[in-house]
Amino acid sequence: MTRHIRGGVPLLTALATTLALTACGAGGRDGSDGGGGAPADPGVTDDTVTIGGSFPLTGVAAPGYSEIPTGAKAYFDHVNAQGGVHGRQIEYIVKDDGYNPTTTSTVTNELVLKDEVFATVGSLGTPTQASVADYLNDEGVPQLMVSSGSLQWGDDVDNRPLTFGWQPDYESEGKIIGQWVAENMPDARVGLFLQDDDLGEDAEKGVRQYVDDQIVAVERYTSGNTDVAPQISGLQAKKADLVLAFNTPSYTALSQLVALKTGYEPQWFYANIGSDPALVGSLLERFSEGAVAGSSAALDGVMTTEYIPGIDSTDDPWVQLWQQVWDEQGGDGELTNYRIYGMSQAYAFVQALEAAGEDLTREGLVAAIEEGGTEWEGPQLAPFRYSADSHMGISGMRIVELEGGVGEPLTEVLVTDIGDAEITADDSGQADDSPPENGVPGS
Amino acid sequence: MRDRIASLRQHVLARHLLLALVGLLVVVVVVESVSDYRNTQLASMAYLGIAAGGLTVLTGINGQLSLGHGALMAIGAYTSALLLPDRDASVPLTLVVLAATAVTLVVGAVVGLAAARLHGPYLAGATLALAVAVPGIALYFKETFGGEQGIRVVMPDIPVWVLDAVFFVTGQDLTRSRFTAYIGWLTLIVVFVLLANLSAGRTGRRWRAVRDDEVSAELAGIDLGRARVSAFMVSAAAAGAAGAILAFTVKLAAPSAFTLTLSLTLLAAIVLGGLGSLAGALIGAALLTFLPSVVTDAGRSAGLSDIQAAELAPLVYGLVMVLVILLAPTGIVGSLRSAALRGRARRRTTSPTTTPKGTAA
Repeated sequence: MTRHIRGGVPLLTALATTLALTACGAGGRDGSDGGGGAPADPGVTDDTVTIGGSFPLTGVAAPGYSEIPTGAKAYFDHVNAQGGVHGRQIEYIVKDDGYNPTTTSTVTNELVLKDEVFATVGSLGTPTQASVADYLNDEGVPQLMVSSGSLQWGDDVDNRPLTFGWQPDYESEGKIIGQWVAENMPDARVGLFLQDDDLGEDAEKGVRQYVDDQIVAVERYTSGNTDVAPQISGLQAKKADLVLAFNTPSYTALSQLVALKTGYEPQWFYANIGSDPALVGSLLERFSEGAVAGSSAALDGVMTTEYIPGIDSTDDPWVQLWQQVWDEQGGDGELTNYRIYGMSQAYAFVQALEAAGEDLTREGLVAAIEEGGTEWEGPQLAPFRYSADSHMGISGMRIVELEGGVGEPLTEVLVTDIGDAEITADDSGQADDSPPENGVPGS
Repeated sequence: MRDRIASLRQHVLARHLLLALVGLLVVVVVVESVSDYRNTQLASMAYLGIAAGGLTVLTGINGQLSLGHGALMAIGAYTSALLLPDRDASVPLTLVVLAATAVTLVVGAVVGLAAARLHGPYLAGATLALAVAVPGIALYFKETFGGEQGIRVVMPDIPVWVLDAVFFVTGQDLTRSRFTAYIGWLTLIVVFVLLANLSAGRTGRRWRAVRDDEVSAELAGIDLGRARVSAFMVSAAAAGAAGAILAFTVKLAAPSAFTLTLSLTLLAAIVLGGLGSLAGALIGAALLTFLPSVVTDAGRSAGLSDIQAAELAPLVYGLVMVLVILLAPTGIVGSLRSAALRGRARRRTTSPTTTPKGTAA
């Protein structure tokens, strides 16, 4: 008897569920028939606009990068305190993806489907954002100002009409560095130290346009493998006396440590992405367990590039604005170059919102960036390249030599583009502008 | 009629099929009634569940430890990605899942042959090497596997007959995330039925015999090596299917998705849920899928900053792990089961005169 009753339970459940299911289906159809009128784009109301971004807040990539959204948030709070943009307060939702593309896809789903953001702004990383670029474009969600120098955010407008880059791309940076070396150090034996992904590849393409015959050694490392001794010894064995390095900050510290150990003393030239003196200094101290002092002076004499004024330029009006914003709106900690990066990006997004006008739509925003983007004055030293054919970000940078954590300019601001575009001195005056009185663009 | 149902209950396959049918109905109801966002979470839960199900059979029933199941998932995911390069790819998704399973099965056989000779820490070490090496292969053969960027998975358009059929049954249009959730859960149900059947039958008894006592198993005429290799192959095949579902859900196969952390996560899922139990694997997968976002949201609404809220999730996850191991060393399902057994035993001792027939009535 027991058996009979128990055996019947699944069947009964099945029957009940089927009934429930039928009821459910009918209900759904009624629901979808209801409603009418043209709805506004998701994330926009009369007094708010909700945007989102994903960053590595935890994990190996978190040091430094996790500060970017805190800077952006502080700047948005500053704008909100001044009344927002066209009367709309900016709500910024930050998600953690731990620099893992699988997680990026999950949290981006969450941003789009659950939080219903208007756009993503400043989301960080090449492999991470590449994993969601097609999804965001399919869903019609603008993917604005991706924090990465890969070419793919800007050079494929046909396939990714809603994706925009922000920082200068690695190829342009490679070209500017390459030309400078060819003109100023024509006898140098050039060694390349490259991260084995888009970063290294794009940069190498740019550098080789100018110093192909000067290159004596090329060494690549895989991100994640912390032993770079073979690569540094390889450069040393080929007697390279100028090393052009395109790597992330951790690998700047690692390569400096190995070079100290093996007594290798070339002229180092680190690309912008890996040259934050404060972060590299603290990483050096940590990796060497205190054997190397972690001051910004650790990178003295090293050359690099810059495309926005950093924490070292205390006289720059933009940096003074960022300092004021951080003091008023920021959370714990000091203003850093990463927070300035986030604020500079946030400034550009506010300009885009401003330009898109009162009736905010996704289409209108994208059109506004394509039409007016090259004209916007902001913290960046060179103008954006935004147009209907290109979604590439900042067009140039200047070369500096670090001394006590401060960059001394070696060149004026040089601008170029991908491919065989010429390198010219920037004449837009972007480097000398200063922010509006209240720190909010266009109002 | 009742007799027939009774005999149905005793028949293992019939019981599992019936459970599967109930499961299928529950899946349809749940998938249809939750939002698109929840459906993407459900799809993630499905691939974690499938992989954890395979691993729980290997570890719980056959007693072999694997730290390399993340790598086996990678093989399944990369196979699917290579089969779905663009929207015109005409390979049906069922075939893609089968191909991913088959390729991983072959790899599993090779690894299993080596693993069958190893024990304890050595086996852990060998499978650990697999977890480290496979992402490296993807980086090395950049042309084929896309290097650090990985390869994109382009899901083909949903076949019209599927759209029609689903609309006919549910009265709702089928969205993409719903479609993926269905594929994930259908695969999970098929895999679980096969795993449950295998471990309830002769093969499963052999696996258990090998786990419990090698000498007795050998005396009973069981080929130790063959039992171990077959368990590893079955488990690997499940991981391959999971990898395919992962590729469909994430729409990308990239090495950074298949780090050692993924393998350890799967192991954590089956320990949390209860070793050797498929239901436990499913519970573990559910915890892994839903716990982090629930905790992060709770942290944020409690006024923590974004970074603090993000750091809260691994902390709570670690605490849950420690608590489960301290308070319920046999996992959630294991503890529930022994609690139920104890309860039944107590009822029997307090009312010894009542016949089983009486208690049922």
